[in-house]
Amino acid sequence: MTTRRRFLHGSLGLCAVFTVRFARAQASPRVVVIGGGFAGASCARALKRFDRRIAVTLVERDAMFTACPFSNEVVAGLRELRAQEFRLDKLAGDGIELARQEATGIDPQARAVALADGARLSYDRLIVAPGIDLRWGALPGYDEAAAEGMPHAWKAGAQTLLLRRQLEAMEDGGLVVISVPANPYRCPPGPYERASLIAHYLKAKKPHSKLIILDAKDAFSKQKLFQNAWVELYPGLIEWVSLSAGGKVTSVDAKARSLATDFQVYKPAVANVIPPQKAGQIAELGGIVDRTGWCPIDPVTFESSAQPSIHVIGDAAIAGAMPKSAFAANAQAKVCAAAVAALLAGAAPQSPKVINTCYSLVAPDYGISVAAVYTPTNGQLAEVAGSSGVSPTDAPSSVRTAEAKIADGWFRTITTEAFG
Amino acid sequence: MRCRSAYPAVALLAIAQLSVAAAAEMPPGASSCSGCHAVSTGVETPVPGLIGRPAADITTAMEQFRAGQRPATVMDRIAKGFSQAEAAAIAAWYAAQ
Repeated sequence: MTTRRRFLHGSLGLCAVFTVRFARAQASPRVVVIGGGFAGASCARALKRFDRRIAVTLVERDAMFTACPFSNEVVAGLRELRAQEFRLDKLAGDGIELARQEATGIDPQARAVALADGARLSYDRLIVAPGIDLRWGALPGYDEAAAEGMPHAWKAGAQTLLLRRQLEAMEDGGLVVISVPANPYRCPPGPYERASLIAHYLKAKKPHSKLIILDAKDAFSKQKLFQNAWVELYPGLIEWVSLSAGGKVTSVDAKARSLATDFQVYKPAVANVIPPQKAGQIAELGGIVDRTGWCPIDPVTFESSAQPSIHVIGDAAIAGAMPKSAFAANAQAKVCAAAVAALLAGAAPQSPKVINTCYSLVAPDYGISVAAVYTPTNGQLAEVAGSSGVSPTDAPSSVRTAEAKIADGWFRTITTEAFG
Repeated sequence: MRCRSAYPAVALLAIAQLSVAAAAEMPPGASSCSGCHAVSTGVETPVPGLIGRPAADITTAMEQFRAGQRPATVMDRIAKGFSQAEAAAIAAWYAAQ
């Protein structure tokens, strides 16, 4: 009774409003979520937690999600791929309907999603969380066939293992090249974490080898921290070639396993080509991408700027200053779920604050981070002044060890929240 | 209480809305915390949980993080993204869970 009274007291002000609106509304508002990654799974769960009456259907072709964070440890032989794999079964236990199908189209007028088996799912609100697709051909010579010889390993799974096998098969003294695209792409510090952990492997197992990063940029996330750590941990092993130093790869030749810049042709033993990216294909099919290939959104609700009642979260969205990270995807998912629950109840969504925290490992016991708080400012998610920053450059090794441990704890926490 | 006694159906609808009311009351920023601060028990992590922690503990920690007076990894940065009032609202929300 105490609980009920307290609750009723808190809800009295809303009673009248809800009476009118729910008399008109259907009993069970329908939300369809496309994509069972960090964004989609977190959003489906948060929707159910915020309002159990919402009928939530999660559309995902795969029974298992393979997580990218920490997959660089798999590449470097420090972790097995199964530690990255998460079944989606437990979401069904939360009352979420799982549609094990590929979404093949969106009809914004009819508010329906088409599935590969011909079925159609109607929605009141649609959440699109497809992650990234690779822009095959955007880098001349790099298509799906080329990726079988020169792996991207930018979607975790078979490609991750392929890159690992190539490193294991390489002779001591071999050259590894990582090609990095211009912004924006999934996980801004990811290529440099990968270079670090591959260097960790090479230093221990193939110490005469060398790693070159060919970059289409002149600056990168946590740059000073990475570069200091490379000097400290892997002296002479990693070379970073910036855009202005001629680092941009302009074409690749899969047969010759070579990469060309404007100045030089590289012929490494192992070539990891991280190609330009775009929002997952369903976003394009649904007409919610702009000329950049990504999805513009409202920073309060994550509703598409192109189509009403469709929301976009995670890597596919243009979330202002927020990077494309798993933490950001999970945080956006919860904000979007609250906004959608409010909209379905006829209430006004509140202006959010959204956090991003992103750890990188430069060695298994050496972690560095970047963090910031974001809020809608002039129609974009912008950093709150003073909240953004990276780990101190002069921190003692105890701080690096602590950040590596926290990174591990973060991965357990976020995967439990999304899939556990 | 008039709402409940005069219109039982209204009260039922309102009860059904308990969870939405809870979502609406979740203050800005609070939902991001659970990315690191586990809501589920049994997650192996060095990061302390926030659920049920006294609000004063959280607000004090946030003030010390903001002022650089408490050893931190990322919280010294994140704390600067919230005013005292915002941090207090988040603390109260987690304390009440």
